[in-house]
Order: sequence, then C-alpha cells, then structure tokens
Amino acid sequence: MAKADMLGESLWDAYSNKVTTLMNNPQHQGEIFEADAEANGNKLIVADFGAESCGDAVRLYWEIDPKTDTIVNSKFKSFGCGTAIASSDVMTELCIGKKVEEAVKITNIDVEMALRDDPETPAVPPQKMHCSVMAYDVIKKAAGLYMGVDAESFEEEIIVCECARVSLTTLQEVIKLNDLTTIEQITDYTKAGGFCKSCIKPGGHEAREWYLVDILADTRKEMDEEKMRAAADAGSKANFEEMTLVQQIKAIDAEVDESIRQFLVMDGGDMEVIDVKTSDEYIDVYIRYLGACNGCASSSTGTLYAIESTLKEKLSKKIRVLPI
Amino acid sequence: MQVYLDNNATTMVDPLVVEAMQPYFSELYGNPNSLHKFGTSTHPALSKAIDQVYTALNASDNDDIVFTSCATESNNWVLQSVFTDHIVNGDKNHIVTTEVEHPSILSTCKFLEEQGVKVTYLPVNEEGIVEAETVKGFITDKTALVSIMWASNETGMIFPISEIGDICKEKGVLFHSDAVQAVGKIPVDLQSVNVDFVSMSAHKFHGPKGIGALYIKDSQDLSPLMHGGEHMGGRRSGTLNVPGIIGMGKAIELATQNIEETAAKIREKRDRLEDAILELSDTFVVGNREKRTPNTILISIKGVEGEGMLWDLNNGQIGASTGSACASEDLEANTVMLAIGADNELAHTGIRLSLSRFTLDTEIDYTISHFKNAVGRLRAISSSFAIQQPTKGGEVQECELHHH
Repeated sequence: MAKADMLGESLWDAYSNKVTTLMNNPQHQGEIFEADAEANGNKLIVADFGAESCGDAVRLYWEIDPKTDTIVNSKFKSFGCGTAIASSDVMTELCIGKKVEEAVKITNIDVEMALRDDPETPAVPPQKMHCSVMAYDVIKKAAGLYMGVDAESFEEEIIVCECARVSLTTLQEVIKLNDLTTIEQITDYTKAGGFCKSCIKPGGHEAREWYLVDILADTRKEMDEEKMRAAADAGSKANFEEMTLVQQIKAIDAEVDESIRQFLVMDGGDMEVIDVKTSDEYIDVYIRYLGACNGCASSSTGTLYAIESTLKEKLSKKIRVLPI
Repeated sequence: MQVYLDNNATTMVDPLVVEAMQPYFSELYGNPNSLHKFGTSTHPALSKAIDQVYTALNASDNDDIVFTSCATESNNWVLQSVFTDHIVNGDKNHIVTTEVEHPSILSTCKFLEEQGVKVTYLPVNEEGIVEAETVKGFITDKTALVSIMWASNETGMIFPISEIGDICKEKGVLFHSDAVQAVGKIPVDLQSVNVDFVSMSAHKFHGPKGIGALYIKDSQDLSPLMHGGEHMGGRRSGTLNVPGIIGMGKAIELATQNIEETAAKIREKRDRLEDAILELSDTFVVGNREKRTPNTILISIKGVEGEGMLWDLNNGQIGASTGSACASEDLEANTVMLAIGADNELAHTGIRLSLSRFTLDTEIDYTISHFKNAVGRLRAISSSFAIQQPTKGGEVQECELHHH
C-alpha cells in the first residue's frame, strides 16, 4: 500500500488496445460444423472447458487436415468477460496453420503476449491473467481428443500457479535457495500468486490442488529437518556447549552407553540422565542411580568421579555430575 | 445519449441541493461551535436541515439523529458500541444479522467475531429476504443486537422491518437497520416501527457524498465511536460538515415530499424497462416487483457474463452494475448473489439496473434498445448458445473451475 493504491485501479483502463478491439469485434468467433469439415475431407474436433455456472466457459473448434495433422481452421465460442473473449480469439489465431503437436505447446503466456500492444506492458491487469489460462486448458483438451490421449499427459510438471506457469519444483528450489519465509517473497521471486491469487491459499477464485501456503510450510519444515539432521550428523564433532538441551542429553546418553554403563551393569546396577541445567560456570548433569548402584558406597565417590571425568573429557570441561 | 442506471451505487446531486449548499463554502464558513457571528450565522440553516431530516423520517423530538460521514460510519458505530456497552461491559455475547448485509456490517461482524462475539448470519430465501419468523428463532437471552437491512442494494427487496422490530421489542433485544437503500426511495416512518438505530447516507438520495446519519431512538445510550469535542451533543465529535448537513436536509426533503407519487413514476419506468428486457428468452428477475424498492431490477441473462454485458452497456454510454466475480478486483463472487443462489448463475450473469427520479422515458427507450442489442451480440458469441456439440469426450463433466 502506498500513494498509488489510494484510489483503486480502473479495471478496464488497464486493458491493452488489442484486448479492447478484440472484445468489441472478435475475428474468430463462430462455429465450424461437422458436415462442413467432412466436405473438406477434414476432421472436426470440438472441446469445452469451464461452464456457465462457474463463470467462464469456452468451446474450441479445430478443423484438422488428417494427412498432415495441421489445424486448417479454428473458431471459438465463449461465455465469459471481455478478456476471456479476447484471449479465446487470439488463441484460435495462434492455432491456425499449426500442427496439433505444435499447437499444444501454446501456453497462456503466449496468448497474453500476443494481446500486448508493446512487449513490455501487460495486456491485462494481474487478476485477469487467469482468463488466458482457460485458452491453454482447452487447447490441451482438444489435442488430447485428436491424438487419443489424456489432456494431462501434455503437462510434464505440476503447475502450481497457472497464470505465471510456475511449477512445484521451481517453487521448492527457490524457497530453499533464497531462504524465503513469506508468500510476498515467493511472489517477488517467481511471480507465482501475483495474478488471480487462486494458488495462494484455499478459498480464492478457484480451488487448486496445490497452494503456496502449504508449499511454503512444507518446504520450511523440510529445511528445518535438514538443518536438524545436519546438526545430528555433526553430533559428536559439534560443540557440546552450543547444543540444544535435547541434543546435549542425547550426547550424554551416547557417551554413557559407550563408556560407562557396561561397568555399572557388571556390578548389577545402572543409571539414567534426569536433566541438564546450564549456567555461566557449569553444566550440571543430574543423574539417578538404579539397581545395585542405588545406595552403593562408591556411588557418591569413586563411581561418580569416574562418570564425571569421562563426560568432562569427552564433552565439556564445564560438566558437573550431580546424583539425586 | 448517456444513461445512468446505477443509482443504488450513488446518485446525482440534485441541483437544488447544490444551490442550498453553495453559500456555506465561501460565504458562511464559520464553525458552528464558535461563539462569534461567523459561527452562529450557520445556525439557522443547520436548524432547518435538522428539522428537514426529522420531518422526512417522522422522528420524535425525543429521538437523536446524529450526522455522521456516511452509513458505513453509522453501521460501524452501532456494532462497535453495542459491543463495548453490552458485550464487553455487559452479559451479552451474540449478534444476529443476515448474509446479505453491506460489507460495513459484515466486515465489522467478522472483526467482532475475532474479539470473541458470536454472530449469526441469517440465510435469505429465494427472493433474497429474511423472514421475520426466521429472526425470532435465532434470538437468545445472550443476544445484544439484531442488525438487518431495510432494503437490499442488489435486489431492491424490502425486508419485513416492522415485524422484525416487533419481535425484537417483545424479546427485549436492540434492533438496528441499515436503511441506506430505503430512505428517499420508500416511506420510512420511524414512529410506526420499533427500531432502535437506523443508518443512512445522503448520496443515495441525491444529496452530497461524505454525509450520513444515525438515528437513535429515545436518545438512548450508545458510546461514541468518534471521541473528541462536544459536537452533536457529545455523541459524534468532529467539526460539523455544515454544507453537507444542509445538503442532506434539502435532499431528504426533496426525496420524501410526495414520495408516493414520485415512487409511482419511477416504478412505471422501471416496470416498462423490466417487462421489455423480460421479453428476451432465458431471463429472470429476482424478487416480486411489488416488494421491491421502485427503482431496482436485478436480472439474470442466460449465456451472457455480467462483466461482458457491463462492457457492452458502457460502450453504449449506459452505466449499470454487476455482481459478477469477473468484474471485482479480487475475483470474489458477490456474496448476495451467491446467497440468493439460482445455481450460481446469478453470480455470473446478474445485471443490476437502478433508476432515479431523474431517469427519463427517452433514456428507458434507449436502454431497452441498446440492452437487447448487447444481449444479441454477446449471445452470438456465447458458448451457451452454440449448436455444434463437443467431440465425444470433449464435454465438460462438471465445473472444472470451482468458484466458492
């Protein structure tokens, strides 16, 4: 928020001239009928995407020359706002003359770029980017119908933000590499979530399979776990005094297991670590004797000294062992 | 020709209102709270404006009508101060409202919910109103306030305020109504209904923007929202908006004198427009027209998306409104449209046309003709009316975009 946001934007003023021209006068609006395609010796493919009850719907018509797999003619019908009409119009234009396998590579980014007046200025305001996504979805569907494959098979990656076409792996990498902690940072780095905002969190314009909030939380969790694992791997080599309490107790336990417990057990006793308290001067390790050690005369003298000196030597000079 | 049919959003200021306000900018500009003649010279006009407002609403002299900046402020004031007075400093914890209130009610309720208040959002029926009996069932001994709009901004449907008021009185619960779409459009007689608080904005009835009021029955207690000086009897601080108050007084007088007659004239034009548009196939209007404010039509046109329709109307110099999600900055579908339902189609195809007493017959003629042309053009493009059916497997099984 700042001065520029004090007055809400005028949605329609942000459309490019190309968008407004095509909204008012789409060039490829209309239908292609089965009989006409057949008369030309061609195959007709008609695919729907969306529905009136969801607010956007498009029907794409491809007349394909089966000998060359080339789209010789294309039309569209659209229930949608003006930007949806303009996007559909440019989409059909981009399809005409292409082979089906080429057409399927047309993305919503190509459609939006084709609607720009100049290459540097977006054709539509951010929340309208979403209209061009439908163009991409319906092309995949039409191509799937023609080639007899599932539309999903054209998508090699999981796309989290369809408006900016940002994949799950890209997001995970960018979060890790740049140590990102907020959604705003993710949008700044990748543009994901900067357009229709559906992919940020549940409850937006449309339901998504993946949400940025979850991806961020999961990736952060993974990063924390990695950090902890690294610390644990460093384990004995790490500085005992800088360990967390749990790590300290684990290190003491490991040390007891390795060089102390066997001698106690030989005499029919045992010990356990109760707590660790750190002050400026000392690291006090509270222990409890078990079995035969409990009440044994040397438990407060020789044995105690042996335990303390072992831990001092292996872990930290500041350690004091206090039986309770 | 240009035609303004978005009078539920705001209205043209009546030139007679501008004329009444004119002297109070650069000639009589004193602060009414000053002792000198510069200040006191504004008093006669302010007294007159207060009289005009009390008369227009048939308020009793024992009631307070406090000028605020707008109905949004009035709505915030009632909700936030009832919260302070009866929930924080009382033993209540519940507010009853509806799903279709203005954002200044709904957002404030959401804010109060975060403070621990229980809020019941009553659903509306297929005509977009809440029935009085429904309200009755949701009032508990913990209910501090019932807040229900007098008439809907989207549909124009008039709520059973008199019956709801009786129920609230019987149950001993405070009753507030946001009457922003009622005042100046239909008779509002505050001595004939049991209502404790009523909000209004002048710019909805040909007055200026930035001035509104809150009616408080019997001058009852309500902590101030705006703290500061001793303005408006200490109820609402801030130097009086002198030209605004004078403008609001004149505007409410003009809007309510002969209101039945004026409303009948507007209704006649509205009905003519509505009938003409309904001649188109696959259209429906929300709400019985007898139960609506006389100026409003909310119509759904199958196969024509709301923002696209608004665009075509705008190309024809006609200003209307849509609840379509596509026309909103955040792509969120209009809650009112969704609440009324009709398979969500209304949320995408609803067009609201709202007239005023300044709407001319020639403008209605022009709108009918342009409206029909726009529907024709957009239906010709629309996939909803396409003939060639999809290739087998190319149909849409279910909504692939899930608007909530």
